[in-house]
Amino acid sequence: MKQTVATPGSLLLPGGHTLTSGQTLTTIEVAYETFGALDAEKANAILVCHALSGDSHVADGPDATGQPRDGWWSDLVGPGRAVDTDRYFVVCANVLGGCSGTTGPGSEDPATGRPYGLRFPLVTIEDMADVHAALLDSLGIDRLLAVVGGSMGGMQALAFARRYPGRCASVLAIATTWRLGAQAIAFNEVGRTAILGDPSFRGGDYYDEGQPRHGLAIARMIGHITYLSDDSMRAKFGRRLREREEHAFEFVTEFEVESYLAYQGRKFVERFDANTYLYMTKAMDYFDLSTGFPSLAGAVDGIDARFLVLSFSSDWLFPTYQSRELVDALKAVGAEVSFAEIESPYGHDAFLLEPVEQARFIEPFLSSVYAAEGVAS
Amino acid sequence: MTAAHLLRSDLRFVGELVPEGSRVLDLGCGGGDLLAYLRDERGCRVRGVELTAAGIAQSISRGLSVVQDDLDCGLAGFPSRSFDLVILSQTLQVVRNPALVLREMLRVGERAVLSFPNFGHWRVRGYLALRGRMPVSRTIPYSWFDTPNIHHTTLKDFREFVTANGGVVLKEIALASNTRTDGVHAVHVGANLRAELAVAIVTSATGTTDGGDTDA
Repeated sequence: MKQTVATPGSLLLPGGHTLTSGQTLTTIEVAYETFGALDAEKANAILVCHALSGDSHVADGPDATGQPRDGWWSDLVGPGRAVDTDRYFVVCANVLGGCSGTTGPGSEDPATGRPYGLRFPLVTIEDMADVHAALLDSLGIDRLLAVVGGSMGGMQALAFARRYPGRCASVLAIATTWRLGAQAIAFNEVGRTAILGDPSFRGGDYYDEGQPRHGLAIARMIGHITYLSDDSMRAKFGRRLREREEHAFEFVTEFEVESYLAYQGRKFVERFDANTYLYMTKAMDYFDLSTGFPSLAGAVDGIDARFLVLSFSSDWLFPTYQSRELVDALKAVGAEVSFAEIESPYGHDAFLLEPVEQARFIEPFLSSVYAAEGVAS
Repeated sequence: MTAAHLLRSDLRFVGELVPEGSRVLDLGCGGGDLLAYLRDERGCRVRGVELTAAGIAQSISRGLSVVQDDLDCGLAGFPSRSFDLVILSQTLQVVRNPALVLREMLRVGERAVLSFPNFGHWRVRGYLALRGRMPVSRTIPYSWFDTPNIHHTTLKDFREFVTANGGVVLKEIALASNTRTDGVHAVHVGANLRAELAVAIVTSATGTTDGGDTDA
């Protein structure tokens, strides 16, 4: 059996990179990790794309600091899991604009020697996909067995398949969308407004003084509400009070749900950069897979890959109807697409909280693609 | 074992009706038995629709492409005339709106293949007539209160149903079970009385050049 270890890596992409916006970045550093071993034919590589607040540490193992840390999707990615690192070579990179090692607004601007801040160009999901492709080039991987992603990661998977049709045998788009609806854009805008309005924001140049914790925490609290569902919040918190029997008649944290959100906000500001939050949400808002095509069906036409699309019944941020629109477009062009809506009370968070129900589809899907690719090559 | 051996006997009958290389959509495809057979043995380009997670997962494990859809909501997303054949095996009787399902099948496919249990079979009739109770048989194995079969039909009623929904029955195969081989065989005389199962090939009455001979 192959040894499964997390291997952190860092890649410096030299030369000028022209982004969707037309602006350029002189150099891009990419922080990535690999899990498992690339086979001799280089035919077992899977790219996993992370969501808004994720990083390259998708599975358990030592991270870039050498310390063992839980992976953000370790229930699904690891030895013997649905994305089996004993079998597949898993690559996961921090996205362009991120704050976990890859070049982003917190990185040093070579022109000034200071962090970019808002001078960092706006990046798109397509730009992220391009950087992923450049990383694969450097790893010598011509064709992926699968490109996989949930939420914003699913957008990258779709963008990758669109931009590099033929470079992936399959696409797994989970709890994601081909473009956000007004409701999701609205929540993103409230989060950005909270950050931009924090006096500590200082026009994005806060790296010496400390980041806008209050605004970023509010953005995260709003985010967490949208990741849950009415059912899951009722089950998890109800109207329970925390460490008290009666109301305080003061503006203090009383309800369990308030305490949960405050905790999530506090925890988030310790590890995440406010500017990156702005850039990521904007990239999601801009994403529209059909851009440049007469229709969504036109956009997915010609992507020679098998698709697995999964949505969750209680996800109101990336609702099932949007997955169905994607599936219908794929059906319209005769693509190989499988789709299931997974029953779950956990809202959008279900893609992190329902490993068993997802594995039920992901494991056989990857196995059959792997088998078919083996026959083809 | 080849895919053909694993196939339910009535599905094998349906499968043999499918020309090689056809584009086939199977509605209510379950774990993909028929689709895998058609792909592997008859070189068909196959797709499936299934409601259950278990069926979808099993189909996926066979490398099939299957989407979750409720047939009662129609076949939105499948373009008109995008398949040569749309198959509905033993599912017509469980849908809430059989007329919608048939019309959608005729829209999406050049031809529709439907199989269904015949409620006009003599044993069913005898069961009700003699015992005065709701029939329970091999092809209709449920009690009235927990049956998924909410729209039983007979061969005669089916023909009327097809005509009323703009279809033409091109071919009708009446099947009776063979207790000796545990399979099915075709019956040619007194079909509505002797068939336990029927398979019908239906096409749209408009835009067909096959004529409209419905007295099969």
